Amino acid sequence: MSIWLFLLLSLVKAVLVTIVFLMGVAYTVLLERKLVGRIQNRWGPNRVGPFGLLQPLVDGAKSFLKEDMIPSGVYKPLYLLAPLISLGCALLSIAVVPFGGPMTWHGMRIFAISDINFGLLFLLGVTSVGVYGIALAGWSSNNKYSLLGSMRSSAQMVSYELALGLSLVGVVLRTGSLRLSDIVSMQTVHGIASWNIFGGGQFFAFFIYLIAAFAETNRSPFDLVEAESELTGGYNTEYSSMKFAMFFMAEYGNMITVGCVATMLFLGGWSSPLGDLIPPPQNIIIQALVPLFWFVAKVFCFLFLYIWVRGTLPRFRYDQLMSFGWKYLLPLAMLNIVGTSLWLAIRP
Amino acid sequence: MHLALFLIFAAVALAGAANLLLQKHPINAALSLIVVMSSLAVLYLLLGAEFLAIAQIIVYAGAIMVLFTFVIMLLNEGVEEKTHGSRVAKLLGFPAVTVFLALIASIILSSETHLGKVIIGESITTTQDLSAVLFRDLLLPFEITSVLILIAILGAVALARKDEQ
Repeated sequence: MSIWLFLLLSLVKAVLVTIVFLMGVAYTVLLERKLVGRIQNRWGPNRVGPFGLLQPLVDGAKSFLKEDMIPSGVYKPLYLLAPLISLGCALLSIAVVPFGGPMTWHGMRIFAISDINFGLLFLLGVTSVGVYGIALAGWSSNNKYSLLGSMRSSAQMVSYELALGLSLVGVVLRTGSLRLSDIVSMQTVHGIASWNIFGGGQFFAFFIYLIAAFAETNRSPFDLVEAESELTGGYNTEYSSMKFAMFFMAEYGNMITVGCVATMLFLGGWSSPLGDLIPPPQNIIIQALVPLFWFVAKVFCFLFLYIWVRGTLPRFRYDQLMSFGWKYLLPLAMLNIVGTSLWLAIRP
Repeated sequence: MHLALFLIFAAVALAGAANLLLQKHPINAALSLIVVMSSLAVLYLLLGAEFLAIAQIIVYAGAIMVLFTFVIMLLNEGVEEKTHGSRVAKLLGFPAVTVFLALIASIILSSETHLGKVIIGESITTTQDLSAVLFRDLLLPFEITSVLILIAILGAVALARKDEQ
């Protein structure tokens, strides 16, 4: 295949996936407002469009048209760079996610922008660079609340990144590959029984990942970064208009990415929970769309869980957060690695 | 293609390194260092060392430099103080560095036949290959290095601990 065709196809896939991803981000915000509304016994947004479905578009237009203020005390280069880093890293991670079946066209996978050997490590790398967006935003704002928020977030993200990374090692040990499409295709055979969370014995790893991922994305109950009652708004206090919206989009983009990773690593990715019980459909288009449906459905369940937890649990105290991460989550993740290794070694 | 990428990222790495030295503010210098490390990661990738490349991003650009920026933010360091430096350092420093670099270059060039060489974009060392070397052929040195790092951590904790009184 020529390099030009490769570039063209990659570009088309990247543009399409980015658009869908951003739409997903916009509607996750709506989903959150609706669900939290119902949890708190109120309606949530329901005025714009049927069931409030056009609310994200109006919100986008609103934040786009608001006055873009830059406070005089900020350190300007980094103040402008920080939201770009945040959103850039949030958008970058979807590049290695295989979100559909292994269909190829001219030797390239259709339902993945790229399928690289070290996809899982790439995701971890992008997450670890994403810390800079929040850290620099808080520092360059020249505001004590922003600085405190970004300090908390850097410490929190660096601490929980360890538990997050280690909780994934069990899955990698079981698959013997860091390529995300290999990890998914290993779980496709017997449906729900061969998913890593059940058949693979990674039940504890899934919960360690879940908790660490909540902390990593700075979501409730670990949202000390923007604890409104203490910090007015945390790292994004001095941001307005589209720059604020970029942080907002980055947060929800990271939620979707975390959902994608959990889906791929523990819940069988695009595979159907029934496995080969149902014969694959004859029509090529349906055959392409069914895996896509399962993937999106699983990610949706994960997002639902995120919002449910936000509507239910109160916030941690900061020292509790740190001691929980280092004294409980990290040793548990290590125990899981030891256990999985032993199991793999003893198993005939 | 590979050569073009190499030239671009080598230029970015050099520009970042120069910027690191020229910047007055510590946080800008730290960010330049992140640019250097990330472009080095791309150069590793071009040489086929994929695990090394991504470890460079996760460990150096992601973890170690976050600590650097964290400390800079915590201390809120201002603009650097200008010192004149000693004349001896200026007179002897640059020639000494040149001699040292020449020495390293000549040693590497003379032992090129033993070391072997990698051509850009030629082959890929997968993580499996790397782990086979690390955990089979070089197991003892690898484990001893990790013990060394553990000792360093213990040393740091011992130094940082307050006296109990």
